[in-house]
Amino acid sequence: MAINKESQGFTFLFSVIMVVIVATVLSLAALGLKGPQEENMKQEKMQNILGSIQVESTREEAGAKFDQYITKRLTLNVKGEVTSEVAGPVKSLSTDGKEGFESDAFNIDVKKQYRDKTMSDDERKYPLFVCEKDGATYYVVPLVGTGLWGPIWGFLALESDMNTVYGATFDHKTETPGLGAEINQGWFESPFVGDQIFDENGTFVSIDVVKGGAAPEDKHGVDAITGGTITSNGVSNMLENTLKVYVPYFKKNSDIAAI
Amino acid sequence: MSTEVKAAAAEVAVKEPSEPLFSKKNKRLLTDPLNDSNPITVQVLGICSALAITVQVKQAVVMSLSVLAVMIGGNLIISLIRNIIPSRIRIIVQLVVVASLVILVDQVLKAYVYDVSKALSVFVGLIITNCIIMGRLEAFALANKPWPSILDAIGNAAGYGWILIAVAVVRELFGSGTLMGFTIIPESVFGFGYMNNNMMILPPMALITVGIIIWIQRSKNTALIEEN
Repeated sequence: MAINKESQGFTFLFSVIMVVIVATVLSLAALGLKGPQEENMKQEKMQNILGSIQVESTREEAGAKFDQYITKRLTLNVKGEVTSEVAGPVKSLSTDGKEGFESDAFNIDVKKQYRDKTMSDDERKYPLFVCEKDGATYYVVPLVGTGLWGPIWGFLALESDMNTVYGATFDHKTETPGLGAEINQGWFESPFVGDQIFDENGTFVSIDVVKGGAAPEDKHGVDAITGGTITSNGVSNMLENTLKVYVPYFKKNSDIAAI
Repeated sequence: MSTEVKAAAAEVAVKEPSEPLFSKKNKRLLTDPLNDSNPITVQVLGICSALAITVQVKQAVVMSLSVLAVMIGGNLIISLIRNIIPSRIRIIVQLVVVASLVILVDQVLKAYVYDVSKALSVFVGLIITNCIIMGRLEAFALANKPWPSILDAIGNAAGYGWILIAVAVVRELFGSGTLMGFTIIPESVFGFGYMNNNMMILPPMALITVGIIIWIQRSKNTALIEEN
């Protein structure tokens, strides 16, 4: 019996078989390539953290340099209390298993947490990386927020006074090229250096991205991107919303409150 | 009676001389798209990506290779199953095949050339929308045997790729003074007032560069010039 390939039954059967085959192939590929992909993302995260304390690294050396400069990885709860503290090399889920994976602040997916609106405040975890470079201590805060088209994120490094910005890196997924996408460029990131997140009275004020340009002596503002207003505002909000969680910790562990 | 006819038909089929792998016709499948029926300069397909990812040669090379992989895979698969694809859903089948291949390419790039994959960002996913691929599936692979289809894919991807790389060489050289990331234009030249042309990095220059390539091509290959 010849198959009538134009019949409805055959068309239906064809689509079902096609979908099953395609789904199998794609899931196998996704599973098979997961290891190297995770490794790449881990190294990229390390590179970004190192970048915020102005340590340049290639992807290959990111792991070693991360171990060298980052001394402690703290997990904070929403009240700013330290719930876990991990040192030593970062373990990978695929080779070292689940043990010690959850408690490591490095593995906290702040983006996922940010998107999950149903999560209660108590469940949220906030990572803080303590770094040592040339004898000085730096604190790196991972940031996450919303741009115009999608998520934006970054890392902000504070000096040992937990007030002055030592470095900032930002990145994005889908911001407008040439406009909002410029937030990951040096010219946007470098003016953050030297700015302060607390004012003279020790009140948390964050750093504003100012439309029309911030005054050079403004310690709490940087220039926004022309034509990238919503992304710029996104960076402002991201800084304020993320940093305010860390304020109790900063106040407790530095002399900001005493100013 | 009918068996006789069938037997005769079978004999004819057997006697039909098998075509050499690189017959004249097959060679034309490879060489035509490079010049006479170039997907970008003659058919004006795939222009989007030609404008978007030709700022650096490395991106253009990876993009060309990705398109090559997707086209060979797509043309081969569609050609193999061309006789059982219900014609009512053939476009959907083509889309599914191309989309799966693109996802595969994207995953492989993410795993092994992460930085390039980041630089190409959305454009890897947008290979799906590259008209050249769907065009070749619909126009060629659906009606031809696997081997010619593979050649056709290689030819068209190469025709797409060389234009992409040519545009990228011009843009990277004059826009950033580098090629494949290596500095080509020496620092001392900048001392004499030479400057990188920022215009080259912007998309309009890609369009103009493609235009110049078309101009040169048509002045050499007069058969391409339209009558009026």
